[in-house]
Amino acid sequence: MIARLWFQTDPAVEVAGADQNFYLYLLVAAVVVGVAVINRRIAAARHRDPATWYWLGVIFPVVSLILLLALPALAVDEGHLRRISRRQMVGIAFGLIGIVLVFVLAPNLITETRSFAFEKPVAGAQLQVGFNPSVLVLVIGIVYWIVAGLSFLPDRHDRVSMVAQIIAAMLAVPLIVGIGLALSANSVNTNVMNLFDESLVLATPIALGAMTGLWSERVGIINIGIEGMMLAGAGVGFTTYAVLGQSRSVGWLWFSILIAVLSGAALAMLLAFISIRYNVNQIVGGVVINILAIGLTGFLRSQVIVTSGYSKGVATAEIAIPGLSKIPIVGETFFTGRPIHFLMYVVVFLTWLVMFRTAWGLRVRSAGENPHAAETLGIDVVKLRYQSVLVGGLIAGLAGAWFSMESQSGFEDNMTNAAGFIALAAMIFGKWTPWGAFGGAMLFGFARALGTRLQFLDVEIGGFGIPSEFFQAVPFIVTLVVVAGALGRAIPPAAEGQPYTPAK
Amino acid sequence: MGALIVYLAFWVVAAYLIGWLVGRAAKGRGHDADRWFWLGFFLGPIALIALLAAKPGSGAPGADLEVTDTSYPDFDPAVTPILEVRGITKTFPGVIANENVDLVLNKGEIHCLLGENGAGKSTLVNVIFGLYHPDAGSIYLRGRQLEFKGVRHAISQGIGMVHQHFQLIPVLTVAENVILGNELTTGPLVDIGEARRRIREIGEKYGLEVDPDAKVGDLSVGEQQRVELVKALFRRAEILILDEPTAVLTPGEVDEFFAVVRSLVDQGKSIIFITHKLREVLAVADHITVLRGGKVAGSADPATATQQTLANLMVGRDVVFRVEKGEARPGRAVLSVHDMCVEDERGVQTVSDLSFEVRAGEIFGIAGVQGNGQRELVEAVTGMRRKVAGSVEILGEDATRFKPRQITELGTAHIPEDRTKHGLVGPYTVADNLVINRYHKAPYSRRGVRNQAAIHDEAAVLVEEYDIRTPSVDVPVHTLSGGNQQKVIVARELSGDIGVLIVSQPTRGLDVGSIEFIHQQIIGIRDRGAGVLLVSAELDEILSLSDRIGVLYRGKLVGIFDAASTTREQLGYLMATGSTPDTEEVAS
Repeated sequence: MIARLWFQTDPAVEVAGADQNFYLYLLVAAVVVGVAVINRRIAAARHRDPATWYWLGVIFPVVSLILLLALPALAVDEGHLRRISRRQMVGIAFGLIGIVLVFVLAPNLITETRSFAFEKPVAGAQLQVGFNPSVLVLVIGIVYWIVAGLSFLPDRHDRVSMVAQIIAAMLAVPLIVGIGLALSANSVNTNVMNLFDESLVLATPIALGAMTGLWSERVGIINIGIEGMMLAGAGVGFTTYAVLGQSRSVGWLWFSILIAVLSGAALAMLLAFISIRYNVNQIVGGVVINILAIGLTGFLRSQVIVTSGYSKGVATAEIAIPGLSKIPIVGETFFTGRPIHFLMYVVVFLTWLVMFRTAWGLRVRSAGENPHAAETLGIDVVKLRYQSVLVGGLIAGLAGAWFSMESQSGFEDNMTNAAGFIALAAMIFGKWTPWGAFGGAMLFGFARALGTRLQFLDVEIGGFGIPSEFFQAVPFIVTLVVVAGALGRAIPPAAEGQPYTPAK
Repeated sequence: MGALIVYLAFWVVAAYLIGWLVGRAAKGRGHDADRWFWLGFFLGPIALIALLAAKPGSGAPGADLEVTDTSYPDFDPAVTPILEVRGITKTFPGVIANENVDLVLNKGEIHCLLGENGAGKSTLVNVIFGLYHPDAGSIYLRGRQLEFKGVRHAISQGIGMVHQHFQLIPVLTVAENVILGNELTTGPLVDIGEARRRIREIGEKYGLEVDPDAKVGDLSVGEQQRVELVKALFRRAEILILDEPTAVLTPGEVDEFFAVVRSLVDQGKSIIFITHKLREVLAVADHITVLRGGKVAGSADPATATQQTLANLMVGRDVVFRVEKGEARPGRAVLSVHDMCVEDERGVQTVSDLSFEVRAGEIFGIAGVQGNGQRELVEAVTGMRRKVAGSVEILGEDATRFKPRQITELGTAHIPEDRTKHGLVGPYTVADNLVINRYHKAPYSRRGVRNQAAIHDEAAVLVEEYDIRTPSVDVPVHTLSGGNQQKVIVARELSGDIGVLIVSQPTRGLDVGSIEFIHQQIIGIRDRGAGVLLVSAELDEILSLSDRIGVLYRGKLVGIFDAASTTREQLGYLMATGSTPDTEEVAS
């Protein structure tokens, strides 16, 4: 019955096929419950908490099932999965999660009040929202059911189901934090705004790196040297500050940030030069830049920074945006921070504006899609590629400055710690669009902040400490499902990575 | 409207930032921060705009492309040709593409440039359009010498070109594609609204309606071609160069296209039209220049020229149009298809309940307008596509569930429709492509190790036998011309013991010389006793080659005829409507 209701929405579906699918899911559900029941029996026989083992028996098969469902949706060839669309599949995933939440998790969670705090505990008076974890999980579970239902709307209501799924994905945040809090051994409240604040700060270099990637890849040059450009920015920038500025004075600090920006650009020009002028494989070029940056900055640290005796200085100062930072609750989180962090928003906005709303941006995008078409319209593709990669390098240098002169003052070997590669992932997550990449960076930043937070909360289930890595992984699983279903496949710029030779 | 909001928002943010900076600076000097904030807020952006405006050329990248004066007072079209090419020579390493070529184009005229593949037509127009710099020669535009300063200069002088392979960007919208390189701007931002309006205007004026907001990748080939024309007209092109515009179009689209071309000429445009389809040349040209081997082989007047004279001029020898073939001697059925149903990628059933037989020693032609299930039919028979229902029997074996290689091993040869996608592996050498259907067998391979000597020997023999023009058998096959690529496929498929040959669009995009050769090969394999299934959108090809003809209409065979007793008109009517007014149907 339900199967018919669902599958009739798609006219291309044969009813016989749909029934087969329905029985398949029924079978899977039966297996899941069976495993859980057996699990409980075994646990009881061994004098362990049967309830815990029952949930584990449910959760793990369900999670693997979701992954199984999501994986084919990521595949390029959709030929064999025509009967259920990608979106419907994600709907089913949300439905299954909803079932777990409502029937398994909610009845077993504590019903004592836990609370989210929204203000830094400064003046004693704190805005707190108390909630009952059990009820929270129940409500979100039911919302997931509704989302699952909405996913099976006919095609013309495509937007509705997409928005529903994005909302469902966002609800994963309070859900995870709420469950974490409910199972925490040592806390009854947690500051949500702080969590956002940390996420945004941690997202800064990732978002900037993603913009670097965007400027480079949109014009047709694969850039895996983002990491190296950032590292060079961080290393050379701080060296300037230590040697010339003797780690003092704000003026020298900003001069060094400028040097950091320029050194990112210098490495970008190297990448552009070898890949445009000499048609060197762009991946090899990027790797060379990463290795070069590690060597160069390592040398600068041990031979120049350490010997100068100024290995610590002042970092950029906190600024509060006048007016806006006085807004209660959000003001302190979103409008108080350090300058490179704010510059990041400006960079993302300008990237979008220039790339998608100006003539030069249109040309940049065309050069990455079909350089020969651009050439037939009299556009100098070579020049354009140099310019765009250079812009990317400037941004990477700024991201580097964040590491050594904003997040802390000082330089350590390899201090960018793969942020450049995560930036690349964020860019692809965002389908090569500025706001998408920014969202990806936020997500990765949030995952990092959440991981740290859950470590403090000391989450336990039935006496077992749950490793924080598990919770750190949850946002990524949610992402996987959402990207597979709601957003669809990401298509890179068509001419990316292809050497270009102009006609003569 | 949306752009305007963004633009304003940008200025508000900029104003805020300037105000804040000014306010902070003022505070540091002990002034009233608030007052300085507002001062900066209002005066800052004005200063910024003034700065931007003072910079010459900023904000309007397309400005240098505008054709300011389109009247040309000292140009009299009655006396001076609008375009005159004198003695153009262009060489590429090892090849002379153009040698001392002359061409005269009068205003309001359609000038056809005719020639075989590789005759240097595209090189010549690329020189005119400024993409190539010639080694010698000069071009006079409206009586004045045109400087070779690249594409932008040519465009600004009113020359527009529609390339053979469309130069479009599929992920961008029509409007974005049209304005690219010549963007209309308000301030620093692209004014897409104005572009939309101009595109609609051009569409109405010349009968080139396209939706400015559609993504180019979603458009049909015919619509994409319209976008290319709009691109040229948007730049106020007076001279339009059309490089093989009809090669990619279906017969219906070709008629539509010619209507557009005529309306362009009526409005005073001059056109250089490149093609190697003789029928089209005679239908539209005012003047014909024939190129052969990079040189002008001669000119012709369409009023007096015939297809025969033009073809002889193109190829340089007498061309036989009517395919010489003897009487067919059909034997037993070698390929039988029973009630076959096939779906396309979208799951739509494009071939339904199809049944036919191909007998040994006959050519069974399938006629039909493109997109009536031909592609799916061929792919299903050759094992490349799953059949939803029905069966296929090849040389007495049930091949319904066979994979392509199993079908090949039965003794089936396949010349596919899309030679670059299914026929050849582009980057592989000519030699490897010539044995790619039997590379795993002796003598080309022993115990999994390829025998280069045997492969080379075989390739050398085939290159000789099939007259494949290639510098060596070791060059990548994609460097060959279309005709020679097709010859590589024909050579590979027809060598060996063939019981069934399945051919799809064998001469699409080829010149007359290659067409003649391939037709002879197909007849030859028939006379050696193979059954041939020929699928083609060219009605002439079907009529001249086939012994029996089936007409495919919406995935069904709506009639099977004896080729001898069928006329072009009968078939055309059936292809278009799917029904026969009064034709004698011959049982299959």
